[in-house]
Amino acid sequence: MADIKRTATRQAYGEFLKEYGAERKDLIVMSADLSGSNKTDLFEKEFPERFIETGISEQDLYAEAAGIALSGHVVAASTFAMFAAGRAYEIIRNSIAYTHANVKICATHGGITVGEDGASHQTFEDIALMRVIPEMVIINPADAVSAKILMRKEFERDGYSYIRLGRAGVPDVYDKDADLQIGKAVELKSGNDIAIIATGIMVDAALKAEELLAAEGISARVIDMHTIKPIDEDIIIKAARECKGIVTAEEHSVIGGLGGAVAEVTSAKCPCKVVRVGQQDCFGGSGKPAELLEKYGMTAADIVKAAKGII
Amino acid sequence: MKTVHELNEIARDVRMDALRGIHAAGAGHPGGSLSVTDILVSLYFNVMNVDPENPKMEGRDRLVLSKGHAAPALYSTLAHRGYFDTSEMLTLRKLGSRLQGHPSMKLCPGVEMSTGSLGQGFSAAVGMAIADKIDGKDRKTFVITGDGELQEGIIWEAALSAAKHGLDNLIAVVDWNNLQIDGVVDIVKKVAPIDEKFSSFGWATFVCDGHDMQALLDTYEKAFKVSGKPVCIVARTHKGHGVSFMEDQAGWHGKAPDDEQLAQALSELGGDR
Repeated sequence: MADIKRTATRQAYGEFLKEYGAERKDLIVMSADLSGSNKTDLFEKEFPERFIETGISEQDLYAEAAGIALSGHVVAASTFAMFAAGRAYEIIRNSIAYTHANVKICATHGGITVGEDGASHQTFEDIALMRVIPEMVIINPADAVSAKILMRKEFERDGYSYIRLGRAGVPDVYDKDADLQIGKAVELKSGNDIAIIATGIMVDAALKAEELLAAEGISARVIDMHTIKPIDEDIIIKAARECKGIVTAEEHSVIGGLGGAVAEVTSAKCPCKVVRVGQQDCFGGSGKPAELLEKYGMTAADIVKAAKGII
Repeated sequence: MKTVHELNEIARDVRMDALRGIHAAGAGHPGGSLSVTDILVSLYFNVMNVDPENPKMEGRDRLVLSKGHAAPALYSTLAHRGYFDTSEMLTLRKLGSRLQGHPSMKLCPGVEMSTGSLGQGFSAAVGMAIADKIDGKDRKTFVITGDGELQEGIIWEAALSAAKHGLDNLIAVVDWNNLQIDGVVDIVKKVAPIDEKFSSFGWATFVCDGHDMQALLDTYEKAFKVSGKPVCIVARTHKGHGVSFMEDQAGWHGKAPDDEQLAQALSELGGDR
């Protein structure tokens, strides 16, 4: 697979900030000692006067971000997903969401593909945690291209959000002219036997699974649920009506994330079988991203297995 | 500008209406409200550039009550300053009221930051002062914390940030009443010496009597002369100040007075006012 171009969504984030910072003079970017890792250094080099380094202080990062946003700025505040959604949770809840501060929580290094750093740095809980905060918008892009498109849309909106970005490179799914809307999922492949609703890096795995299923005569619909909140209910209900069941695929716990959100919609609006591919309520560990995805059951083969289980 | 005598009269009225509100609500925090009142009154009436007719006035000074549980004192101060009628104090903590149990900036005019979860308001105020530096706005941000609140880790993260950015547009006032819910701060988890801690974190510090209006005003004047550093004023106060049976009693941290207690408290504070 060496010939396929792979770009990490965190790289897209840094490039987006650099572009967007030239357009939006009210954009402030903040980072907690990880500007090289979360790629905010690309912005820092261009606009040092609008870059704020908080040091290793994630709580301060997000409460300060609230204070800056409430002074009339749009703020992108970044650290690893584990420390953003985890450590700073209650600050995000009370100082950003409750005050409706225009802070974009751009959390990099989400999920198992953090890799070698191991369980302490691999969060599978972040989307679940963010989902229960009132009116939190949650975006989990599939690739670098859609990450840039969706971030631009989200930064144009006045409001708080959680944008989950990855460490590892992912192949491009979209082309740069794709028309993407926040809250509107994308049907990437049509099919009526099974629907695979995926988010983040699992969209690429879902597309591979679709090919594997097609080879066995099973027609799979593939949906990119890039916005987990507000979730696109219509596309879920349609899939539930037209297919034999739904497989959800996410680099996140099967509890409370995409799988939970889809099941909440189907159970109320159109009950059907929903099988959730994701981290199975356990901690991760060190290893290479691909090895970890295989060990913890988040590959195209796992999606295929789940799909066949329904059919 | 008010005279010290006038400020003391206002503070007395603010205390009385704070207690009336807490009594009507049947819940709230009288102890810390009474300790912080003189700090709030001195700032809102003689120091801060604000306009009650236009709470969002461009260029106004901002105040964050990081010890959000002292909301009754903040509301009562805002009411007496003219942001809303003092009769609204009787809606405190009631369904549909703008005067929530802890301050909500979305509901109550004059409230600059929603607080209640300790420590966060302090860090948010640091953010506000950073924003003003970036924007070249010449105005002040005031933040009031409790001394027990200084046990929150975020305070010290933010204290480092404020020093790093040289925020001489930020003035923190610590309502140093030495009591918290579980007892004496020095015993629960000692934070003293507060001034030395802030000094070592890179702040300019002053200590004064938090119930002496002239001392508070003089200290603010000194604070405004500081350049290149954030300022921390450690104001020595007494929980429940002004009401004999509440004074220095941790038990009055979060309890409403009954009818008889309210009558006695009002009588002690204001006689037949």
